Amino acid sequence: MSVAIPETLEEALQVAAADPEVQVLAGGTDLMVEVNFGYRRPASVCALHRIAELHAQRQDDGEVVIGAMTTYHDMERGVIAAALPGLAQAGRTVGSPQIRNAGTVGGNLATASPAGDTLPVLMALDSTVVVASVAGRREVPISDFLVGPKRNALGPGELIVEVRVPHLRGPQEFLKVGARNAMVIAVCSLALVVDLERRRVACALGSVGPTVLRAFEAEERAAQEIDWQTGRLGDPAFAPEFGRLVAAAARPIDDHRSTAGYRRHAIGVLAERALRRSA
Amino acid sequence: MIADTAPAVRERPGRVGESAPRPDGVPKVRGEFAYSSDLYAEGMLWGATVRSTQVHARVRSVDVSAAWATPGVRAVITASDVPGSAHYGLDSDDQPVFAAGVVRHVGEPIAAIAADRPETARLAASRVVVDYEPLAPLLDPEESLTAEPIHPNGNVFRHLPIRKGDPDAVGDVVVEGTYTTGMQDQAFLGPESGLAIPDDDGGGVELFISTQWLHIDRDQVAACLGLPPDKVRLTLSGVGGAFGAREDISLQVHVCLLALVTARPVKMVYSREESFLGHVHRHPARMWYRHHATHDGVLVKVEARLLLDGGAYLSSSHHVLGNAASFAVGPYRVPNVVIDSWNVRTNNPPCGAMRGFGVVQACFGHESQMDKLARALGRDPVELRLMNALGPGDTGVTGQRITGTLPMAEVIARTAALPMPPDLDDEPPMLALPGGAGRTADRARVVRGVGFAANYKNLMYAEGFDDFSTARCRIEHGVVTIDCACAEVGQGFVTIALQIAREVLRIDEVVLAPANTAEVGSAGSTSASRQTWMSGGAVEAACTAARDRVLAEVAGRVGLPVSDLDLRGDRVVSRDGRIDLTMTEAIEGLVVDEVREFHHARTHPFDEHGQGDAHVSFAGAAHRAVVDVDLDLGLVRVVQIATAQDVGRALNPLSVGGQIEGGVAQGLGLALMEEILVDDGRIRNASFTDYLVPTALDAPEVVWSLIEEPEPGAPFGAKGVGEPPVVSSTPAIVSAIRAATGLDLTRVPVRPEDLALGGREHGL
Ligand SMILES: Cc1cc2nc3c(=O)[nH]c(=O)nc-3n(C[C@H](O)[C@H](O)[C@H](O)COP(=O)(O)OP(=O)(O)OC[C@H]3O[C@@H](n4cnc5c(N)ncnc54)[C@H](O)[C@@H]3O)c2cc1C
Repeated sequence: MSVAIPETLEEALQVAAADPEVQVLAGGTDLMVEVNFGYRRPASVCALHRIAELHAQRQDDGEVVIGAMTTYHDMERGVIAAALPGLAQAGRTVGSPQIRNAGTVGGNLATASPAGDTLPVLMALDSTVVVASVAGRREVPISDFLVGPKRNALGPGELIVEVRVPHLRGPQEFLKVGARNAMVIAVCSLALVVDLERRRVACALGSVGPTVLRAFEAEERAAQEIDWQTGRLGDPAFAPEFGRLVAAAARPIDDHRSTAGYRRHAIGVLAERALRRSA
Repeated sequence: MIADTAPAVRERPGRVGESAPRPDGVPKVRGEFAYSSDLYAEGMLWGATVRSTQVHARVRSVDVSAAWATPGVRAVITASDVPGSAHYGLDSDDQPVFAAGVVRHVGEPIAAIAADRPETARLAASRVVVDYEPLAPLLDPEESLTAEPIHPNGNVFRHLPIRKGDPDAVGDVVVEGTYTTGMQDQAFLGPESGLAIPDDDGGGVELFISTQWLHIDRDQVAACLGLPPDKVRLTLSGVGGAFGAREDISLQVHVCLLALVTARPVKMVYSREESFLGHVHRHPARMWYRHHATHDGVLVKVEARLLLDGGAYLSSSHHVLGNAASFAVGPYRVPNVVIDSWNVRTNNPPCGAMRGFGVVQACFGHESQMDKLARALGRDPVELRLMNALGPGDTGVTGQRITGTLPMAEVIARTAALPMPPDLDDEPPMLALPGGAGRTADRARVVRGVGFAANYKNLMYAEGFDDFSTARCRIEHGVVTIDCACAEVGQGFVTIALQIAREVLRIDEVVLAPANTAEVGSAGSTSASRQTWMSGGAVEAACTAARDRVLAEVAGRVGLPVSDLDLRGDRVVSRDGRIDLTMTEAIEGLVVDEVREFHHARTHPFDEHGQGDAHVSFAGAAHRAVVDVDLDLGLVRVVQIATAQDVGRALNPLSVGGQIEGGVAQGLGLALMEEILVDDGRIRNASFTDYLVPTALDAPEVVWSLIEEPEPGAPFGAKGVGEPPVVSSTPAIVSAIRAATGLDLTRVPVRPEDLALGGREHGL
């Protein structure tokens, strides 16, 4: 097995171009599990850890730019905690401190699991995934990036460089149900974003479909129900209705972690609670 | 400023009754402790196991040629390479070393490989081609009772009827219920692992291994290898938890045989997934109960039927059932009893020993019933338990009179009186609410519930089995060394043995030698809450004999009768004052070697009505649980467990506390999350991603109180303390959830959907 440890993004892109089969290693918290289970047997690995540019988080006008190597630990503080509270909350729910120190947003995106905890938040915020290859950069809306269960839109030789997330004014919530109180893969999860400027509500759902879903109808109804002068619901009784609409948007299945029926029920409860907290 | 001038304080190593720290505690926390998975020998090979992918199938052929052809492979062995007994087992040899004609569960070993590297061994294992002819799987324990046998020994491991008193007695109030428990895993952190080193002449083998009973492993390994027992020498290596899962043979025979065949040291370590396939689990149970009581709440009769699914092989199913049946009604006086219990064979994963050993399942049944009865009678559930509490002089369901201590009423009353946690704040931190880190809770929808449960359980092996222990006390060059083959699996024998030796010998410096089969006889199993009593007793006896020898020598030197000597604190003094020595001084120049076996009081098998003095001694505990439940999401946070436990005497209170807290966590696991999900004979969650055990955020505050009534016959009066904490913590938690939700909850683990959707999802 060969291991490349590039210092710059350019070098990494060269490696990826020369060897389209190379396995990119970020925090290794997904990749090494697959290797240990024997699902993957990488012949070559390209470790991104040394590439300073990928570790950066910064605020550019109107958006927050998050380097692919940003860890969950990083999300709980600094720019992200200040500007993207929903993402900080999602980061806190991931795994254990060890996993949060190692796991990255780039890895979460590339794995594209319906249970990836940053994904509903990034989806509700209409984030853009910036990918690059030796041929240049592309900006991919996250809804196009997440193609299906464990499938993403990366082409051969392409790496995730960063995620660009709009910096909005307004409440953000991330809630996640699991069968224990910490360190658990989501049975279902929900991100809710209220954009006080554009007067929009966005709601994205994890683990209740083949990939992260948006509850568009519920979002539109909620935007109508909010009194945008105060940012509160005109009629608080709308919250349960919002829950029902969100539950209707879910496409859950039965698996070893839960049942479709519970997931649909629980996602509705999360929606109702998130809306009450936010508006 | 003061740090570098402060005097070095040397704490006196602990004696009996003191909270002596574990010698392996700090190394374990710092990651410096060597577990059996860390073993290494120069030039060693790595083993891997080929396992059945089928639930039930005839094996037409096993083609190992591609495995052999893998570069780096040094051995491939199958059933035909086993030189001795082709089968092994704790109670009867019904489990093949390698499946030959038939596989009876997914994960059953078929072949083993030794190779230069672990990766090569695994690769080669994947290249073994097994040609299966699928057979109809037997998956329902109910059907097993009448189905075609899936093993020459038949399907029913045991049927134990218990009849006591008047079978026709009827109470004024009758409550009935059916309860089920899921398949729990011991979930130890250190996977099965060992290192076998062949003797130079190839005539024997040395095995370094994680196990609970070295000598029984040795006997089974020797039989399968066709060697005399003394040609197989076992040494205990660092054990990363056990809880019953290391009572059966896993890789012991395979790794030794690979070492003998290759004439090289061979190491094996299971992966986590393989570990779930490679050891037994807690029996899932289906239980039906009918309780009769008078209007005043006095228990009149209990009828029950218990059915345990033992999976493909016997393991310890026979005795797990004996225990489930013996304690089927809990720590209460019940004059009339009609209980039938079965443990049966299926093609599900094999089940066997796990902390609580059958009593856990029964306790969920009888305690659910006691709550139900209290409701039916309109009585306080604690009061109902108190008025029926078992005590010395009473008889259990098997007719055995309690002759030792059993302060059940005190256990129950004291538990109930322990301080309650403060009420839930109006705005508690999210992490303190159900759902924890997931931030799901809505304070307005969180309801608190309080529940109660009690249990009692036997200590030591039962039904006539003489599970003795052996210890040796050697004194030479002024050094005291204790040999005992007791397996330290985390329970704390490493402190207890030394505390007892120091107490008896009045010497602080005592060495506990590594546990092995070469220096000393059997210590019996580290299970059944028995080692403090049995091996503690053996150490006490050996040290007492050694101390007597020392005193005789000292007296002899000056021509005094030994009766003229007194022990005053740590000094030996003669009446005439000529001798005044510390014990440390007294042993200088002496050579003493004393070996003692310690046997418990005899027990007896059950008669045809399930009656008999089958047990040695009993210990009880009660648990009060306080839980917060999110009514809409069905998520639970256990806020507090209060418990009083009958411990005889706490030889190491810190260690007892550790057993209580750990046992409570394991009981919580069964109540709320720990379940091996088996679908059509296949485990769906063989990983710690999906087999969930409680985290620090799930573990409750534990408030405990020890009830110390010294037990006659036990060393220093100490009862075993390892199992009672796990037994009734589960039903106490479920009882609290019932109180919060008003739901029936007849199965554990209780799943979020059972609470949020009232069991609709699973047809409950
Ligand atoms: C114990 C444990 C608990 C976990 N708990 C959670 C949880 O609660 N929530 C959750 O969402 N996840 C969880 N995970 C999964 C995992 O931690 C996350 O998905 C994490 O974000 C993966 O990031 P990583 O940096 O470790 O990725 P890696 O494992 O390094 O990589 C994962 C995949 O992404 C690819 N990749 C990584 N970076 C890039 C890049 N820049 N460009 C292109 N491809 C890339 C890799 O090639 C690989 O295919 C858990 C994992 C473990 C082991």
